[in-house]
Amino acid sequence: MIKSAILIALVRGLRSIGHQSIKGVWRFGAGMRLFWLTLISSGESFRRFHLTIREIYFTGVMSLIIILVSAFFVGMVLGLQGYHTLQRYGSSEAIGVLVALALVRELGPVVTALLFAGRAGTAITAEIGLMKATEQLSAMEMMAVSPISRVIAPRFWAGVIAMPILAILFSMVGILGGYLLAVPVIGVDAGAFWSQMQANVDWRHDILNGVIKSFVFGVACTMIALFEGYDAPPTAEGVSRATTRTVVTSSLAVLGLDFILTSFMLNV
Amino acid sequence: MERTTIDLWVGIFVALGVAALLGLAMKVGNLTTNNIGETYTVTANFENIGGLKPRAPVKSAGVVVGRVADITFDSATYEAVVSLTLDKRYPFPKDTFANIYTAGLLGEQYIGLEAGGDEVNLASGDKILQTQDAVVLEKMISQFLYSKASESSDDKSDATESTKSNDDTLGASPLDNIGKPATTE
Repeated sequence: MIKSAILIALVRGLRSIGHQSIKGVWRFGAGMRLFWLTLISSGESFRRFHLTIREIYFTGVMSLIIILVSAFFVGMVLGLQGYHTLQRYGSSEAIGVLVALALVRELGPVVTALLFAGRAGTAITAEIGLMKATEQLSAMEMMAVSPISRVIAPRFWAGVIAMPILAILFSMVGILGGYLLAVPVIGVDAGAFWSQMQANVDWRHDILNGVIKSFVFGVACTMIALFEGYDAPPTAEGVSRATTRTVVTSSLAVLGLDFILTSFMLNV
Repeated sequence: MERTTIDLWVGIFVALGVAALLGLAMKVGNLTTNNIGETYTVTANFENIGGLKPRAPVKSAGVVVGRVADITFDSATYEAVVSLTLDKRYPFPKDTFANIYTAGLLGEQYIGLEAGGDEVNLASGDKILQTQDAVVLEKMISQFLYSKASESSDDKSDATESTKSNDDTLGASPLDNIGKPATTE
């Protein structure tokens, strides 16, 4: 009796694992199909570039404040923490290298992508989910306007263009924050701060790789947000769940992709 | 919002991004300092390169004159072949000495070039013949320990030898010591 109950519970557990895996793979495949459809029907978002520019305004320019303010604080905290440890080894001048490398290689692209997923990704999901719920997308299809080339593709390209710019600005403002903390407040020599940074930060291996990372994150975050919105059940609850899923999936995807990209870039 | 206003803001946004990228490249990165125009490549063989890595600086008199381009292993001689990219503006004589130094106690390793006196300069593809390996800390410590150990054993043998040498001096003629510095006894 007990044996069969355990067996039933086991089977149920396995079944739910199987169901979740199949659902995950199915959603991944559907997302990839939407990605492909977006790519092949993105001609209009370049021919009528003002559509994309409008979306760059909403995803990029409107995200500037949160990105820049957090970058400033992240840079200052890095400077403070770095100084605290480095001065024990008598090398507090290396604080510039530490702040710059941490920001350019990792924190710039990753934190920007996480903030972007929270600030712009959710907005995209909610907007498209609501468009679907209020049947605007179906109305477009009725008028023989492809919602993918008119709604999805411009938002996709806007996210892909805005993310590297935001990440670069994040790194720059973060380094400025680290500078403002290290040089005037703590009293590290300004010349040593910049020269050590210049000697150790490489243009191609550090800065360009950071830009490549943020480009990949831009594709991933925007695509996840668009897919979740496009796939959301057309109800209030469906849209709210899709928005939550956007943040969770984007964050996990960014951190996972970051590990993969970093291990390729460092060639360990 | 008007389309022109949006255009303006997006324009500012993109311009800021480009300016920040340029700033990163110029102020933070080494695009300006690492900008070696025309270069020539020479190789140098080392028995041990320690922790030398590609892209490490090549310095002469403390000035960066090039970079380590590539490090390979020569299985015929069991040596490391390091190719150096040097700036064309800085020619070096053929008998230049290449050392591997460490910046600071725990710092990165770099190659230091000491110019020789040869009248012919190194050309692209040439090989620097005189090299000095990296100092490997473990080797140095074991050498130090070895010398310490032999010293202490020398002390013991000295004690037995001293009586013997005294015997020798007894038999020797005092004239032998003429011209030698006087020993205090």
